Amino acid sequence: MSEKEHKVSRRQFLTYTLMGVGGFMVAGAISPMVRFALDPALQAGGETEFVSVATVDDLTDEPQRFDFQLEIEDAWYTSEQSRTAWIYKDGNDIVALSPVCTHLGCTVNWEGSEDHPNQFYCPCHFGRFEKSGQNVAQTPPTRPLDLYEIEVRDGVVYLGSIIQRRSV
Amino acid sequence: MLQKIYDWVDERLDITPMWRDIADHEVPEHVNPAHHFSAFVYCFGGLTFFVTVIQILSGMFLTMYYVPDIIHAYESVYFLQNEVTHGVIVRGMHHWGASLVIVMMFLHTLRVFFTGSYKKPRELNWVVGVLIFFVMLGLGFTGYLLPWDMKAYFATVVGLEIAEAAPVVGGFARVLLAGGEIIGAQTLTRFFAIHVFFLPGALLGLLGAHFYMIRKQGISGPL
Repeated sequence: MSEKEHKVSRRQFLTYTLMGVGGFMVAGAISPMVRFALDPALQAGGETEFVSVATVDDLTDEPQRFDFQLEIEDAWYTSEQSRTAWIYKDGNDIVALSPVCTHLGCTVNWEGSEDHPNQFYCPCHFGRFEKSGQNVAQTPPTRPLDLYEIEVRDGVVYLGSIIQRRSV
Repeated sequence: MLQKIYDWVDERLDITPMWRDIADHEVPEHVNPAHHFSAFVYCFGGLTFFVTVIQILSGMFLTMYYVPDIIHAYESVYFLQNEVTHGVIVRGMHHWGASLVIVMMFLHTLRVFFTGSYKKPRELNWVVGVLIFFVMLGLGFTGYLLPWDMKAYFATVVGLEIAEAAPVVGGFARVLLAGGEIIGAQTLTRFFAIHVFFLPGALLGLLGAHFYMIRKQGISGPL
C-alpha cells in the first residue's frame, strides 16, 4: 500500500491522536475545577424554616410592620439577619407581604407618602402598591409585592419562604 | 470554521511566524525518548512546568472560596473541601501538586547536574533555576500556613524561629515575615499576599527567563 492510498496521512493521524490525548488530559484537569466554580449556581435553593413573627391577636385589617430575625447560613458564616413583613387580616385570611419593592429592591412603607393613603409607597422611584400588594399601573414596579408563606399554629403566625407572584 | 477564524486573524496580524517560532523546533535525538528510552530524564523540566500550571489553575479556583482571615480561614477551607462539589479534588490537586513540584524540580536539577548542562554557556540558566527553586520553597512555606490549622500554625512557628536564628538580621526578618510580634491575623494576610501575588509574579518572570534562555541556547549536547 503506497502512502497516497491512506485516507488519513501520517501527519493528520499524529495531529488527531496528540490533540485527542492532550484534550483529554486538559479536560481531566480542568473539569473538576469548573464544576467547583459552578457549584453555587447549581445548588438547589434550601427550604426556609418557619419563624414565629406575631400573634393573631396583634393583627388588624390595617397592614402592620413586623420585624423578625432569621438565621442565615452563608457557607461558613452563620448570622441572624433582620427581616420585615407587612401583615394584616383579610377577612379570615392572613396576608403577609414582603417590603421589597419589585422594581429595584428598595423598601416600601405602608402609607409611606401622605399623597397616597392606603397604599404601599417606595421612596426611590415612587412605586406604589395596593393593600393586596398589587402594583399600581403607571408606576415603575411591574409585578405585585412578594408574599410570605404563612402558617398559623396556636394563635401564632409563622412566616416561611418568599412566594413570587406574576404580574396580572 | 476554526480554520476560517484563524485565517481571518492571520491575514491581518500575521500570527503564524509567532507560534511557529515557539512551537516549531528540532528535538535532538538524544533527548527524544522514542530513540533512547533513558532520555525520559529530559522530561522532568517540562513535567515541573506542567505541575506548576496545575498549581496556578487550582490555586486560582481555590481563592473563590478561601478567605485569609484567622476567624474564618479554617472554616472556609473546611467548607470548600467538604461542602463544595469536587472541592476535595481541587484542593487535593493543589495539596499533592505542591509536593510533586518539589519532587519534579529536584529530579530536573539532578538531570541537569549529571548531564553537565549547567556548564558554559548555560551558567546563567542554572542561576535562574536556583532562584526558581527558592521561589518554589517560598510558595510551599507560605501556602502551608493558609489552612490555619494546628499543623499550619506550628510549622510557621518553626519556620519563623529558623528565620530568627539568622545572624544580625534574624529578629528583623522574623517580624517582617510575621507582620508583627506574634503569628496571627497579620501573618496570615501577609503570607496570603506573598503566596498568591508576589511569589507567583516572581515565578512567572523567572520561568520566562528560564525558557527564553533554553530556546536561545538550545538543549545541551549528548553525553
